[in-house]
Amino acid sequence: MFLDSAIIESIPRFFTPVLLAAIGSALCERAAVFNIALEGMMLVGAFAAVVGCVYTGSWMGGIGFAIVAGAAFGLIFSFFGVQRGGDDIIVSIGLNVLAIGLTAFLLRALFGVQGQFEDPRIVEIPKVNLGPVADIPFIGDLLSGQSILVWFAVLMVFATHFFLNNHYYGLRIRAAGQNASALRSVGVSPERVKTAALVACGILCALGGAQLSISNVTLFTEGMSAGRGWIALVIVMMCSARLPWILPTAILFGLVDAMGFRMQGLGLPQQLTEALPYLLAIVVLIIAFRRKSIRQQALGQSDA
Amino acid sequence: MIRSRYVSIIAPLAIIFLGVLTLLAIPQTRPVVEGFLNGAFGGRNHFNLFSTLARFSILLGMAMSVLVSFRAGLLNIGGEGQLVLGGLTAALVGVYLPGPPLYVSVVALLAAMTAGASWAVLAGLLDRVAKVPLLIGSLLLNYPASYLASYFVSHPFRDVASGATQTHRIMTEARLPRFPGTILDYGILLIGATAILVIALEKTSVFGYRVRMQGYSYGFARTSGFPTGALYYRTLIISGMIAGMTGYTAVFGLNQRYIDGMLTIPLYTWTAIAAVLLAAIIPLITPVTAFFFAMLATGAIGMERSADIPREIGQIVQAVIVLYLAGVGGKMLSGGTKEDH
Repeated sequence: MFLDSAIIESIPRFFTPVLLAAIGSALCERAAVFNIALEGMMLVGAFAAVVGCVYTGSWMGGIGFAIVAGAAFGLIFSFFGVQRGGDDIIVSIGLNVLAIGLTAFLLRALFGVQGQFEDPRIVEIPKVNLGPVADIPFIGDLLSGQSILVWFAVLMVFATHFFLNNHYYGLRIRAAGQNASALRSVGVSPERVKTAALVACGILCALGGAQLSISNVTLFTEGMSAGRGWIALVIVMMCSARLPWILPTAILFGLVDAMGFRMQGLGLPQQLTEALPYLLAIVVLIIAFRRKSIRQQALGQSDA
Repeated sequence: MIRSRYVSIIAPLAIIFLGVLTLLAIPQTRPVVEGFLNGAFGGRNHFNLFSTLARFSILLGMAMSVLVSFRAGLLNIGGEGQLVLGGLTAALVGVYLPGPPLYVSVVALLAAMTAGASWAVLAGLLDRVAKVPLLIGSLLLNYPASYLASYFVSHPFRDVASGATQTHRIMTEARLPRFPGTILDYGILLIGATAILVIALEKTSVFGYRVRMQGYSYGFARTSGFPTGALYYRTLIISGMIAGMTGYTAVFGLNQRYIDGMLTIPLYTWTAIAAVLLAAIIPLITPVTAFFFAMLATGAIGMERSADIPREIGQIVQAVIVLYLAGVGGKMLSGGTKEDH
């Protein structure tokens, strides 16, 4: 009853922000950086995208600003967490609060508004129209008329998978995570590799934020990342940072979001449908960690 | 090592102190500092000082909740959900339970503490039974709690006539009395007593010792025959109870109703976590850092009035402090949890 064309069309825009953040998080996870500042990075990206649009008058400016802001957050994380050897959790808490404070502060300092900012200068990211494909039922709704970032996100899944498994920079990222001293012994600084992973993660999260603020809607609301960074983290934990699994899991969350949105239309209160992804996240984690711990127990027994 | 840590704490304090002096000396920037001090301590009849204290009360409560679990090495960062559910439960009891005021107030307090504790235990069960790490489980539970509270106050229990998303006013006689002539209520005494109890018991009781040892080394606690399983849940229950109680004082004291977002928008829980970290998880110092962050927030509001600087500058400064701490403090949290499970 639920799966009509409007729902299918909305799935990609719900899963894309989460997917982008999840790819970034997977890179960090592989490099053994426990980055739980995804939420803050997305928020900053969403805000920077709006700022970029307003000041350059083009969506590309928005994307550019988001990339710079995300990279900056990645570098800040790297400075305190990697270079200074700080606790990843504390650095993340700091960055998440910084993102909330900084966006609210700049919102008032730059635009003189509080809470929400709407402006005709905020340009939407163009959508890719696939011509004849659009007429195919279901598939057309799913594939055609989606923003460039949707396609970018999906391509990034495969690109990152290939990169991690085949490219030697990708191998370095995994080496930095698995055995940093081995990497150091061949003359590569694990700190640098981790910094690169963090910057990439910051950029991907920020692009996820841009999808929220200049594609799904064209406005910025304080706290508009609304926990999506945590959902992305859950997806990565559930998939043990294996990219081929991240895409379907993200789509599942997108589907739940889309259905929740539809149920709002049917009169269910927004607050309850918005809690759905988090309940799903908890259930998913229970299943994932159950299996993991059973597997670990089995391994432990075979070792003994 | 220890000396260098002291230097790294004292050096920035000295820089801040000199910076403030400089700002005071320059006529153009003087209003900024004055605005900050006025916002934190001044106002008519020291009105702002009492707002600082009211904020301090909530921060201290949440800081104690965070402290109890961090001290035991449990990364319960779900204080927000526990606080929100405590506040909501207290409000519902306060509005709908008939009876003598004292009875209503006490029932509300107990119900709030139960609600907070249950939410914390739920995160604990997720960790222990389903193996979802406490850090993630407790955090994820924040969202359903906030959305649930938001739903309750915007639909079934909303005071529609008021126009805002809030519950009805609680029974007037049941509210926490205020200190004469101020906006500060007796909730701060409740929180203060709890803080003293937590700080004292942590140092003197067997339970406090065990919790501390478990925090330092889970393996040591286990080998020494501590009941680690029971300790785990007891710690979470206490942590959740304090969070729930803090929610009760916010509802029965300051606001006398539950308003949507009143406990989440000011980032009380994250600020409390920052306060505990700034105190290096040392109980006796935590109240000082909690007061510092309360002052930072109300001072920033004062600066907004006097110098037109958005008040969010307070949150930015807070975040910078946390980041700086992470840089000098090393692995304060992750180190203790490696041996878990």
